Amino acid sequence: MSRPVSRSPEVTITDTSLRDGSHAVAHMFTEDQIRRTVAALDSAGVSVIEVSHGDGLGGSSFNYGFSGTPERTLIAAAVEEAGAAKIACLLVPGIGTVPDLEAAADLGVSIVRIATHCTEADVALQHFAAARALGLETVGFLMMAHMAPPDVLAEGARIMVDAGCECPYVVDSAGALVLDQVGERVAAVVAEVGGEADVGFHAHDNLGVAIGNSVFAYRAGARRLDGSLRGLGAGAGNAKTELLVAVLDRLGIETGIDALAAIDAAEEVVGSFIEEPPFPDRGSITLGYAGAYSSFLKHAEIAAERYGVPMHEILLEAGRRGYVGGQEDLIIDIAIGLQAPAK
Amino acid sequence: MSAAVPVAIVGSGNIGGDLLIKLRRDPEIDVRWMVGIDPESEGLRRAAELGVETSAEGTDWLLAQAELPEIVFEATSARAHAANAGRYEAAGITAVDLTPAAVGPFCIPSVNIDEHLDAPNLSMVTCGGQATVPMVAAVSRVTPVSYAEIVASVSSRSAGPGTRANIDEFTRSTARAVERVGGAARGKAIIILNPAEPPPLMRDTVFCGIDPGADQASIERSIEAMVADVAAFVPGYRLAAPPQFEEPREGWGGQARVTILLEVEGAGDSFPPYAGNLDIMTAAAARVGNALARVRRGQVP
Repeated sequence: MSRPVSRSPEVTITDTSLRDGSHAVAHMFTEDQIRRTVAALDSAGVSVIEVSHGDGLGGSSFNYGFSGTPERTLIAAAVEEAGAAKIACLLVPGIGTVPDLEAAADLGVSIVRIATHCTEADVALQHFAAARALGLETVGFLMMAHMAPPDVLAEGARIMVDAGCECPYVVDSAGALVLDQVGERVAAVVAEVGGEADVGFHAHDNLGVAIGNSVFAYRAGARRLDGSLRGLGAGAGNAKTELLVAVLDRLGIETGIDALAAIDAAEEVVGSFIEEPPFPDRGSITLGYAGAYSSFLKHAEIAAERYGVPMHEILLEAGRRGYVGGQEDLIIDIAIGLQAPAK
Repeated sequence: MSAAVPVAIVGSGNIGGDLLIKLRRDPEIDVRWMVGIDPESEGLRRAAELGVETSAEGTDWLLAQAELPEIVFEATSARAHAANAGRYEAAGITAVDLTPAAVGPFCIPSVNIDEHLDAPNLSMVTCGGQATVPMVAAVSRVTPVSYAEIVASVSSRSAGPGTRANIDEFTRSTARAVERVGGAARGKAIIILNPAEPPPLMRDTVFCGIDPGADQASIERSIEAMVADVAAFVPGYRLAAPPQFEEPREGWGGQARVTILLEVEGAGDSFPPYAGNLDIMTAAAARVGNALARVRRGQVP
């Protein structure tokens, strides 16, 4: 199949291999991996490429894992390598700060994706204002979208758009949403902010439906979708960019991306440095089933080993306690608690 | 005994209201004024009922009074305090700042209460700073701390508009206090809002990078002693588990790590007990207020 280059894209795919994928490599991306991946994505026609620590700017920490290579070195390399593609970064208020954002803008980042828990959008007002003042394109991430009903997500999107967000996203951080549950959330957000802003959807494949969920999101009006090569991301990973492009092609939905080139990039570039791509195994299916934040997976694995407790029990408990993105520290607390009764 | 020191509370929200309850218990302090900017404020109404003179015309009104407070406790926003701080100082009023504006030196009562009592402005840092800096200091007084990182989790319900508008100031001010008062060579702070119902207690985790050969038993004793010092004025301040020691891992630059898991239950004065974050801030400010009042009346704090 050849790529119909004449049509303008109906959906913009943001590749987050180099941001969400950071979780899958314990934040140890090298500059060479960044350069090769950006070059391959850029030549495949991917127009937005996200590069940051998995937990966003300033995420390098004891709590989330230290970056093997400074994040700013990786971002600068990505900007240098990108041709037509824009480089995006993630910022989670409470973790990253406006000075981090200013530094990223100086490095040539042109899009910032500002992420809050889906019911807490109002913590991001100062960051959206700062991003607009810096001339950045703004995306808003409503994380852990399975924890709020459609109307509450729409309220969050409204707060973000009023603060200067150009594209709120329904973000299935736990990979817990299934098909119609995505569609109804995206539709509610589109009903609230459509006409003023684009709407996006970010999938995790913990329940094995990342691609189907992305199609449901598109049908409900989402015009930006996230993917990552080989699904490289937290938990069971994201929607695989190469698969998403191929599926959308077969549905006749133009992405502006060369499917075969994306498939090559996954196989030859990411495939060359990732031995075991994320997969819905016991740990990551449990994430989706329990509604736990996908990034908890690797931390639960470490805590399970250290404290001699089952990893999936940790994740089930994280879901029961209603922990949200960023509360990785309390995985230690859960593990100690699970260990205690045995003593 | 000399007369109680006249003070004002600026800001009639949750924090101002709870602080009022705590300060009224202190015989050294006379809360004479509470000002806000919202005439409909429930906090102002309650203060007026208690016999406190109130106004919705803010700092302008307060500074135009014939008699001025000796101490003002500011519980507004970082921006408002940054704007007001110079005016208090010009009027000879000591400011105790409960916002994350960080105009004056940082004050963490269990660590450095005596250090800055002559300063015109004392910053109470942030709720997360009040909960975690004592633990960093407890470790750094025993062994060098190359890096300390704190994670504060608070319930969404306890995070008012001030906290939400000031997330960036929270992380930056807390990180600086971890360094300056906690004694870490480098500091980082993270805050998370959790909307779970029923609202969870405030949780804080403190990670300190330490030498792999550091004496774990003396670190643990120092932590336990410091927990007791904080619990003396915040009774619900406690360890959720014993300190966790770990050998160096990849990416830690050869440092070992001690993890301190804390739980902060509030006293329930005006906030529900889950809001330990609000309670520790007002309790710390009240403690500083008491020390300032005693200095002003010539007593050794």
